[in-house]
Amino acid sequence: MIVEVEVNGKRHRRDLEPRLLLSDFLRQDLQLTGTHVGCEHGVCGACTVLFDGEPARSCLMLAVQADGHKVGTVEGLAVVNALSPLQAAFREAHALQCGFCTPGFLMTLTAFLRDTPNPGPLEIREALSGNLCRCTGYQHIVEAVSRACGHPRP
Amino acid sequence: MKAFAYVNPSNESDALAALRSGGIVRPLGGGQDLLARLKDYLDEPDRLVSVKGALNREAAATGDGGLRIGAAMRLFEVAEHPEILKRYPALAEAASTVGSPQIRHQGTVGGNLNQRPRCWYFRQEEFVCFKKGGNRCFAADGENQYHSIFGNDGPSKIVHPSSLAVPLVAYGARFRLASASGEREVAAADYFTLPSMQTVQKENVLADDELLTHVILPAPGNVRSGHYEVRFKESRDWPMAFATVVLAMNGPSIDSARVVLGAVAPVPWRAEDAERVLRGRLLDDAAADVAGEAAVRGAKPLAQNAYKIRITRTAVKRAVLAAAGRSV
Ligand SMILES: Cc1cc2nc3c(=O)[nH]c(=O)nc-3n(C[C@@H](O)[C@@H](O)[C@H](O)COP(=O)(O)OP(=O)(O)OC[C@H]3O[C@@H](n4cnc5c(N)ncnc54)[C@H](O)[C@@H]3O)c2cc1C
Ligand code: SF4
Ligand code: FES
Ligand code: FES
Repeated sequence: MIVEVEVNGKRHRRDLEPRLLLSDFLRQDLQLTGTHVGCEHGVCGACTVLFDGEPARSCLMLAVQADGHKVGTVEGLAVVNALSPLQAAFREAHALQCGFCTPGFLMTLTAFLRDTPNPGPLEIREALSGNLCRCTGYQHIVEAVSRACGHPRP
Repeated sequence: MKAFAYVNPSNESDALAALRSGGIVRPLGGGQDLLARLKDYLDEPDRLVSVKGALNREAAATGDGGLRIGAAMRLFEVAEHPEILKRYPALAEAASTVGSPQIRHQGTVGGNLNQRPRCWYFRQEEFVCFKKGGNRCFAADGENQYHSIFGNDGPSKIVHPSSLAVPLVAYGARFRLASASGEREVAAADYFTLPSMQTVQKENVLADDELLTHVILPAPGNVRSGHYEVRFKESRDWPMAFATVVLAMNGPSIDSARVVLGAVAPVPWRAEDAERVLRGRLLDDAAADVAGEAAVRGAKPLAQNAYKIRITRTAVKRAVLAAAGRSV
């Protein structure tokens, strides 16, 4: 099936098998391996991408469903040598250890901060409820989000 | 996943025609349930028909003061819709807690109501139970801590997985079902079916060539409603027990009540004893207590889920308190 999809601002036109997952299309066909795959059942959030600007599980979506849509991945957040403010805050606040979960968190939180520029601590926790991290205990991730929106250290 | 063909029709009649195009055909909403089942070889369709662009996704006022919701409306839209928040708050609340923000952005109303059970035996290919055409229920004498405490004398002990089904039954919603040869309307309460040996492989009356196209809510009238979900450590998994109450009020007292329980039976479960004891009472703390007690009368727990009686009682109590405007 011919599919046209825009990924991080770049158009791609491919002939794809319907059963190809969006996550596998990104990682294997486009070599955008920043999108990670953990549970493949919609639970862990590692595969989160922006689908028409909204966070979505790329493991629970077919690539053919993205036909005519826009997909954003972690590779699209930074320009060379300049992290996005959220990415920079993740680095400063030690919001990652192994980093496996990080792309998913960044995509979820990028959309969240766009819609909620000045979130309270509970809103932050609610926003990242769909992403699992086995290393950090979340505290530093919450702190990174506070920093990214200009709040001083709690 | 087995290979399949994919079609993406742009209107309802093309989608309905595609359902009759031969072989095993399944509608695809947001895919948050179906794709996981395809990966696990629990279903092996020849063709998927995407219905997201084919079905209506708006909520529109009906002539008689109700609301008609298109099955392609996504869960986050239900949770944020001003009319739903104002007039059917329990439905908005149920939608707002489903899964995670990512799932609420993709998941549709139609998919939520038609998602398949979460029973862990059902979800494993190797366990060929009654629901999959086998000849036993592994939960009956197995790991049944998340299974039913009501309506569990049939062949399957599942709890119905849909969070939206419970408030919809409580508000007296109807579903519009359509196929290429016609349409019908079914009360939400009659849509979901208790398992018998003849019906155990399905959870509702929908035929394979039909779509659920709209949810139709009646005018709420002078009601107060409340919704409460008990979750494991506030986690994003399905609730362990929950309740919606809709109380038709006459001044400070309750004229009639609907009390519907979720995650405790193979269907959204009407707690008729609780409805009876609420009738004619003042809406106060005592009403919440007696409703909670009455709601669990008649529960028949399995070996590992007697704890559900306690949390169901609490869910009903707190849903009544929420209807009374108390923060719980
Ligand atoms: C981690 C996780 C947590 C979750 N937690 C919850 C929860 O707390 N509560 C809850 O209710 N759900 C929960 N879900 C289930 C979630 O998949 C559904 O809530 C979601 O709404 C499904 O919608 P969908 O459009 O993605 O369905 P799909 O996967 O597209 O479809 C589901 C089923 O319905 C059928 N179908 C789809 N549309 C129609 C239609 N219009 N007419 C007839 N049949 C149709 C499909 O063929 C399929 O069999 C959770 C899921 C995950 C992965
Ligand atoms: S409860 Fe139902 S789905 Fe689960 S093992 Fe028993 S028959 Fe199968
Ligand atoms: S890999 Fe998609 S949610 Fe875990
Ligand atoms: S940093 Fe290792 S899983 Fe989150």
